[in-house]
Amino acid sequence: MLVRELKGIYVIWLRELIKFWREKIRILTSLVQPAVWLFIMGKGIGSSFAASLTVDYVQFMFPGVIGMTVLFTSIFSAVSIIWDRQFGFLKEVMVAPVSRTSIVIGKALSGSTTAMIQGTMILLFAPLVKVHVTLVILLQSMFVMFLISFTLSSAGILVAARMESFHSFQLLMNFIVMPMFFLSGAIFPISRLPLWMRSLAVINPLRYGVDALKGVIIQLNENSIMLDLSVIMVLALVLVSLAVYVFKKEG
Amino acid sequence: MAILETHDLSKRFGRMWAVKKVNLSVEPGEIFGFLGPNGAGKSTTINMLTTLLKPTEGQALIAGHDVVAEPEKVRQNIGLVFQDPSLDETLTARENLYFHALLYGIPAKSREQKITMFLQAMELEHRKNSLVKTFSGGMRRRLEIARGLLHDPRVLFLDEPTLGLDPQTRRLIWKYVIDLRNRLETTIFLTTHYLEEAEHCDRIAIIDRGEIIAMDTPANLKSRLGGDIISMDTADNAAAAAFIENTWGHAVTSQQTGLSFKVANGEQFIPVLVKSLNIPIKTISVRKPTLEDVFVSLTGRNIRDEVMDEKEGMRLRVRARRTR
Repeated sequence: MLVRELKGIYVIWLRELIKFWREKIRILTSLVQPAVWLFIMGKGIGSSFAASLTVDYVQFMFPGVIGMTVLFTSIFSAVSIIWDRQFGFLKEVMVAPVSRTSIVIGKALSGSTTAMIQGTMILLFAPLVKVHVTLVILLQSMFVMFLISFTLSSAGILVAARMESFHSFQLLMNFIVMPMFFLSGAIFPISRLPLWMRSLAVINPLRYGVDALKGVIIQLNENSIMLDLSVIMVLALVLVSLAVYVFKKEG
Repeated sequence: MAILETHDLSKRFGRMWAVKKVNLSVEPGEIFGFLGPNGAGKSTTINMLTTLLKPTEGQALIAGHDVVAEPEKVRQNIGLVFQDPSLDETLTARENLYFHALLYGIPAKSREQKITMFLQAMELEHRKNSLVKTFSGGMRRRLEIARGLLHDPRVLFLDEPTLGLDPQTRRLIWKYVIDLRNRLETTIFLTTHYLEEAEHCDRIAIIDRGEIIAMDTPANLKSRLGGDIISMDTADNAAAAAFIENTWGHAVTSQQTGLSFKVANGEQFIPVLVKSLNIPIKTISVRKPTLEDVFVSLTGRNIRDEVMDEKEGMRLRVRARRTR
């Protein structure tokens, strides 16, 4: 039975990865946005305001831009469920002898894998912003990326499980994803913000992911990395369970 | 023993019973047709039989497994071709089948051989490495049927398998379905709007407003109606209808195109009618009852009378766009 479920997870995961790989152009163009953030926004803000930071602003932003890539890739991957629903393929999966749990886990894992790949590609910009990445740092950050994107993918699946159209997806982007990014510590440190913003950041899963990435890549974390990772893992468990629950209820 | 059976299967949405105490029993190897107007409860029933929807009351068993208690066992034993397309268009034909094989746990050693076999049976072998988005509507249907059969299901569900296809493709699909049934002895449970296609079924159940109102072989259903159908158009249809009803007591149905009524022997009745009716007759014809007549006599409606609701219309448009 367990073998069967693992196979189910593998199939769901494999399909997404084949589809991801098939769109090589998209993989490349998805590097453009982070590059713009890093080299235009980063340089611009850095040269105007960020004199009070202990590191160069572009370096400060570097882990944050990786976090952003992971965020967007995870969310996009999760909402592919809406595509699957619109094109009918979801039904094929729903009537297969595979449990709802495996479907959700397979989806979440494929989101984490593609997000990790994309995040790692951003990490390759490191020499351009004069950040030194050792093999250990590379592996550690891949681990963090994987964890955070598993959490974010689960959150995305949870929301997408109920969505029928892409109109609601636009709302999701504007009201949740963008604020999540801005309050993640990716473009400015959280600790110096007003209290209300800090309180919002506390419940932002990406905040812990970005902080852990900062710790690993430029050793500039605000929380302890252990705390960051624990919060992410607890959130991952909660969100993936909720997503399974919603999927089961759907039928 | 029946391969598919239901006992008082019912589903309620809010305060409305979409399906009321449906009792079905389908034998292995049968082609079983499930007919009814839109909104009669066909899709709700299929969704319950295929574990996509939980019944409010009653029970359904497929290959001996309860759809609620053992959904995964049921899913292993059924194949499905949905009303709406459900292929992954961004994958090739072979990949769609390959993923299905993995999902259903078909052992690696027989996987390729089975995929090839079904692609050949559906005459899609030469296009196996093309992306599904380049396929025509008929090819997609065939691929879906191949996929539905790949894991040797005991029962294959076909929900409106020929909807939106041209007549020639529809005939072809039927040829494949019947061939495969004869070869694999798979039980086939299908819904259709095309009553002339329902003639291919071994048995038919007609559902209306959530209840089964008839279940028999197509031949029995038609002979139960008895006699012949006479259709005619006259200069004054209302007067003609009154005359026929008063003189012979036949119940006359008025439609836009004219009148129709049932008599024991049409060939003998026409000369009698022509002699005694004083109203000029424009056209007159006699024919044996069809399933359409059975349907009208049981439900008082044509199967395609229903005003198409918005969702249905959209679905057809989407399908038309995609099956071009």
